[in-house]
Amino acid sequence: MLYWKYVKILFKSQLEYRTSFILLSIGQIFVPFSVFLGMYFLFQRFNEIKGFTLWEVALCYGIIHIAFSLSECFARGFDNFSRLVVTGDFDRILVRPRSTIVQVLGSQFEFTRIGRLFQAVVIFIIALTKVQIDWNIIKILTFILMIISGIFIFAGIYMIGATLCFFTIEGLEVINILTDGGREISQYPINIYKDWVKKLFTFVIPYGVVNYLPLLYVLGKNNQVIYAFTPLLGILFIIPCILIWNYGVKHYLSTGS
Amino acid sequence: MRSYLALFQMRFIRGLQYRTAALAGIFTQFFWGFMHIMIFEAFYTSSSATQPINFHQLVNMLWLQQAFLAFIMLWFRDNEIINQIIKGDIAIELLRPIKLYEFWYSRLLAQRSSSAMLRFLPILIVAFLLPYPYNFVLPQDIISFLLFIVTLCLGVLIVVALSMLIYISMFYTLSGTGSILIFGVIGEFLAGLIIPIPLMPEALQRIVYLLPFRYTTDLPFRIYVGSIPRREALISICIQVIWLIILYIIGKLWMSKALKRLVIQGG
Repeated sequence: MLYWKYVKILFKSQLEYRTSFILLSIGQIFVPFSVFLGMYFLFQRFNEIKGFTLWEVALCYGIIHIAFSLSECFARGFDNFSRLVVTGDFDRILVRPRSTIVQVLGSQFEFTRIGRLFQAVVIFIIALTKVQIDWNIIKILTFILMIISGIFIFAGIYMIGATLCFFTIEGLEVINILTDGGREISQYPINIYKDWVKKLFTFVIPYGVVNYLPLLYVLGKNNQVIYAFTPLLGILFIIPCILIWNYGVKHYLSTGS
Repeated sequence: MRSYLALFQMRFIRGLQYRTAALAGIFTQFFWGFMHIMIFEAFYTSSSATQPINFHQLVNMLWLQQAFLAFIMLWFRDNEIINQIIKGDIAIELLRPIKLYEFWYSRLLAQRSSSAMLRFLPILIVAFLLPYPYNFVLPQDIISFLLFIVTLCLGVLIVVALSMLIYISMFYTLSGTGSILIFGVIGEFLAGLIIPIPLMPEALQRIVYLLPFRYTTDLPFRIYVGSIPRREALISICIQVIWLIILYIIGKLWMSKALKRLVIQGG
């Protein structure tokens, strides 16, 4: 497929600068890890947060960070989209007989995010060994769905941010509140926040369905099976985002070269 | 000295032009401030044990952090300096009849000051109007306020001296984005930007107090909220001055060494 060809080429090109690649990947481990370390120290002092233990929160943290790093790696083209509009390179994409979404996705990959992914996976696995889970096939499926759902939500927000670039040309910092901010918010179970935050991040931007709601079922805090499948709603989030994107593409005015 | 002051002034005025960016920044900083406050509130209500600083003090520290973010972030990227090093324009800078260390120093200081000037008042005023316990309050008395101002100013001088070391290291690494990232993250953690120092485990606190990083943010903010007694504050000011001198000397020596073996990049 065309998309995987893009992945392969860009991977090879980034590996050309090997030392810089490795150093950046290692650097990427430290940024989120310092946040986790802070979390760890806080739990040493406070023991729990609204009924959740450290390792239960670490599960939340692991999942959202795995999803985030994968989305940053694969949907970076949308995250960094203003570049294409400013230089007028988006015109080139429009004249090719392929979907704009695939081409923008393929325009950039950030493989150094592997460092971030690595630390998230390690924390996730440690957390899994520390909490009590009565395993069954649904729960395994739920974990997979949670990560996919997270990737779709992050990618969706990148797309909305990219669409705004059609009208503002320059990228908007404010959209980072929804991606970086959403990630930071949902690394804790979302029920620790005030009501309006909870509602905003469940019904408008559904980060809550990525980790909090399904984890209630997985951890046996709530036995309704329906909670296991809430991540599917997060996947649906991509549909309005694609519609918004298509609307934006229709109204695109080239900046010229 | 006059020329560096003039440089500072020019940069400062230039920095004040970026008002829209500042507005967007203020909005983002409010969001982060609120988020951290909510997380800490959840922690504080989950435990009945008394903590080294109370929730309202912590809220005030968080607002100060957001308001003076430009003063305390270890890594405040100046692409022009980076490009000078990478692309070789540094050769022109070296021809100027001014010292490079002081030139960069005043420039970096001006950027931070102008960015903070645009942001801190709106953030603090709005935070001041919030309901208890989320509101920002005035300090207990005029003396702690004066101590706060003094330590904050010395703090930003230390931050710039620290970040100078990062720029000088780029003479050797040329890009070094990775190593800068690591240094920045560790430094900010040790400065108490991720979690406040009083909430850290004892063993870690002992290490933190030996390093310069906490003298940039932790000290002035905790003086403001009254979590550091006055006598200790006065001693800390002396330590701040000592650190400042040490960092300045290290930076100067390292820079002159780096410039001796400097290879101009590009042509």
